[in-house]
Amino acid sequence: MDIEQWLYSLPARGRSFLHPGQVDQEMKEELREHLEEQIKENVRQGMTPDEARRSAVRMLGGITQVEQQCRDARGGSLGADLVQDLGYGVRQLLRSPGFSALAILCLTLGIGANAAVFSWAEGILFRPYPLVAHQERWFALAGTARGGSGAEDLSWPDFEDLRRNCSLCEDAFVSKITGSTLSVGDHAERASGSIVSANYFDAIGVHPILGRGFGPGEDSGSDSHPVVLISYQMWRDRYKGDRDIVGKVQRFNNVPHTIIGVMPEGFYGTFVGWAIQFWVPASMEETFESGGYKLEDRGARWIEAYVTLKPGVRQSQAQQEISAIAARLEKTYPATNRGRSLGIWPLWQTPFNHAGDLLPTLEVMVTVVGFVLLISCANVGNLLLVRSLARRHEMNVRLAMGATRVRLVKQLLTEGLILSALGTAAGLLVAYWCRYALVLLLPTRSGMTMYLPGQMDARVMAMSAAVCLLVTLMVGIIPAFETRHLDVAGTLKADACGVVGARGRAWMRSGLVIVQVSLSFILLVGAALLLESLEKIRSTSPGFTTTSVVTTGVPLVAAGYDNPRARIFQDELMDRLRALPGVESAAFARITPLGYGTFSETPIVVDGYQPSLEEKPYVEYNQVGPQYFATLGIPLSSGREFARADDENAPLVAIVNRTMVTRYWAGADPVGRRLQVKGRWARVVGVVADSKYESMRETPMPFFYVPLRQDFVRDPALNIRTTQSLATIRAALVREVHALDGNLGLYEMITLQEQVNRSTSAQLVAVTLVSILGGLALLLAGIGLYGVMSYAVAQSTRELGLRMALGAGAANLLQLVVSRGLRLTAAGVFLGTAAALAVTRLLGELLFQVSPHDPVVFGVALAVMITTALLACLLPAWRASRTDPARVLRD
Amino acid sequence: MSKPSDLVQGTLDMLILKILALEPLNGWALSQRLKQISSEVLGVSDGSLYPALHKLERRGWIRAHWKASENNRRAKFYSLTGLGRKQLEKETANWNRVSAAISGIIALEEA
Repeated sequence: MDIEQWLYSLPARGRSFLHPGQVDQEMKEELREHLEEQIKENVRQGMTPDEARRSAVRMLGGITQVEQQCRDARGGSLGADLVQDLGYGVRQLLRSPGFSALAILCLTLGIGANAAVFSWAEGILFRPYPLVAHQERWFALAGTARGGSGAEDLSWPDFEDLRRNCSLCEDAFVSKITGSTLSVGDHAERASGSIVSANYFDAIGVHPILGRGFGPGEDSGSDSHPVVLISYQMWRDRYKGDRDIVGKVQRFNNVPHTIIGVMPEGFYGTFVGWAIQFWVPASMEETFESGGYKLEDRGARWIEAYVTLKPGVRQSQAQQEISAIAARLEKTYPATNRGRSLGIWPLWQTPFNHAGDLLPTLEVMVTVVGFVLLISCANVGNLLLVRSLARRHEMNVRLAMGATRVRLVKQLLTEGLILSALGTAAGLLVAYWCRYALVLLLPTRSGMTMYLPGQMDARVMAMSAAVCLLVTLMVGIIPAFETRHLDVAGTLKADACGVVGARGRAWMRSGLVIVQVSLSFILLVGAALLLESLEKIRSTSPGFTTTSVVTTGVPLVAAGYDNPRARIFQDELMDRLRALPGVESAAFARITPLGYGTFSETPIVVDGYQPSLEEKPYVEYNQVGPQYFATLGIPLSSGREFARADDENAPLVAIVNRTMVTRYWAGADPVGRRLQVKGRWARVVGVVADSKYESMRETPMPFFYVPLRQDFVRDPALNIRTTQSLATIRAALVREVHALDGNLGLYEMITLQEQVNRSTSAQLVAVTLVSILGGLALLLAGIGLYGVMSYAVAQSTRELGLRMALGAGAANLLQLVVSRGLRLTAAGVFLGTAAALAVTRLLGELLFQVSPHDPVVFGVALAVMITTALLACLLPAWRASRTDPARVLRD
Repeated sequence: MSKPSDLVQGTLDMLILKILALEPLNGWALSQRLKQISSEVLGVSDGSLYPALHKLERRGWIRAHWKASENNRRAKFYSLTGLGRKQLEKETANWNRVSAAISGIIALEEA
């Protein structure tokens, strides 16, 4: 249609659209007018009034028919058509409730899985922080080391310099996760908090509902501003919504803090994974962080930060400027900044929260739910196709009655729309229920539940609406395609007698089943690969004993212990513990490997090792007590363990791991040699085997240990090797702790195996989700195959009867049907294998020591697929074998 | 009920445009004029006239307005738009071309 015509047609279309009732009324009036004139004319020609009316109506050809034709001719009655189609579609669906329920269920699963994954991706990766403005311009800011691949923490002075000098940044702020024990005793309650820069609340655009935010300057000085803002949830639950809360005092880590404000409901801070409950200014970091006063120490890297870029600034531009600033800092402060730079990451790649942990899983999930959606569409398409064959008669009648083909297709699409809209509504409900499902799959840590909600915002809704339309097209277009075969003359022709395995129209249904089989085969392979990886991870030795060792801790800092009291307490507890029956050994350590905490890192100097000009050796280390290696079962290959005598008054000592020996002493036994740690020389007294420290996937890295007493922390983890059960040892330990101090409680006690399992929870999530969806896909494919085979059998009873009459036995017919089903399956598996070989590498880092092309995995998936196919074909085949030739041929 | 064949339908559009080009008419008057002019040869039923009118209105070739009819009743009058006039010219030219060709062929047959 050209522009001119379009313009001319506007008035008529506009009226039809805006005042459909009036247009309809006028049209009726016009026809009535015509009728009356005709009647008058007829009367004039001598008819009786009655006769005149009948003749007039006859001449017009039926009033309602003409009215409808006029409406069709106007075409603008889009709304009316739609309403009519919707009504008709709903009636159609109600007429076969079983079919409708099955179709809607399929779509609910497909669309619901998509909506859930979208909402997780939105809530975890893209818009993770409710109430916070301009998240699309946020970037995570972290340090990088030359030659290193990952992100590292920042130092406060570096951050301040960046904030002052970055002209493309609207703002920059610090938000470093921390935790605190709120009260001690039997009800030791942990709360997660954030150490933030004073501009934090202004920068994120969220303001307290009671009291005030932090004032400028409250983030400087050493423990100088003991003030805190609390979350709405904490205000409501812990303080019973006290309106006069501002000004009251709460102890955090035993330091009294004045509560200066309450944050609004629905604000959970800015750390993916945890709901933050309190915020303290950076000036209070000594109370929450180990390592003393760090705000003026450029070498102390401990903070996590974000920048908000000015509108329109691209990441690459900002990165360029930030790199330039970092280069200047490197030149000005070579002692601390050599080899260091700064980087920014979009929110969904934030390197320092749990977004990164779940990113690979969510990426895989997006693909997987896409497959599930396709499979369920294919299933529903198949159902509709079968039904459209049953409805051919109806369609033919409608064509004969003057419906246009376009109108029929519209009708079919409308029915598809009804199905997919219902499926989408139900699917969104499913997604809403699944908001917190990810958290259920993840373990709690030290008694706190992670917070990883899905976010059902406008973007997710829009995405789901788009999926709904896509589904409508996919499931509506398949039967619409069938209308090609309709022709009015064919109405009375008997439906062609089908043949099992017939070509022709069956190719479409078979094609859909092949697609389903191949897609679900891919998912099966994926699920099997992930399962295999999880098995490998969980069966790989972390380098220490996991089964008979438990770990816990005593919150001494929160209970107000200073260093001398803590030392005495730790020694006394250790003595009592070792006297307990069933305790083989016990040891403190600042952090237990694969736990939640991160190890400290320090620059080192090794006697006799000359680093290259660019290299600035940094190594991670742990502070451990006597018997640590015996307790964890890490073999000592040379020298000795730490002893109680290695205390603050004794000469500094260290124990190094094998990789460190290889790297810095060229493999020679370093016992007796010197190592400089944090500027002080220590003597190496032992060498231990490598183990895993932060992740089961890490490759061996240099690592060393220093005595806890020579680098003291008050809140170390307590590890116990025991022959007793967890409950027994816990009860015994609580008794001993209470004997020393009745006010003290225990942190959660878990086995090291549990700790290892928790560290691989991202894999568990991936395995669980992919397995669930893989199973679902398998089920859908099975239903699809069953449907096609049943239909084929039902359509070809005549052929089957004939075969039987000609001497085929039941076994032959069984074989005929099953082999046809298996042929379809084989085609699906063939395509699926080819596709799986190409796409399984997308699983990338979720795989652990398993090749994405692992033949065993493919074999298992094949066996599962074939079994399912056999089960799906068995019932139709059995029915075929029971064909009664006499009856069939008579009919 | 069968639809008029395509030829007749296309012709009906042209006839309506042609009649309305002479003067605006309401549906009844138009139907009478059609019968009169075509001497009832074409057998245009009143039933197909109205859908055709609505289709032409929708295409923007004619427009409708309400005014008093001859016997002083409110009636819907149709008149040609600029676009309709162009369409009529086009169809007339086309018709002439086709009918000349057909006449030629028929003349050949008789020769």
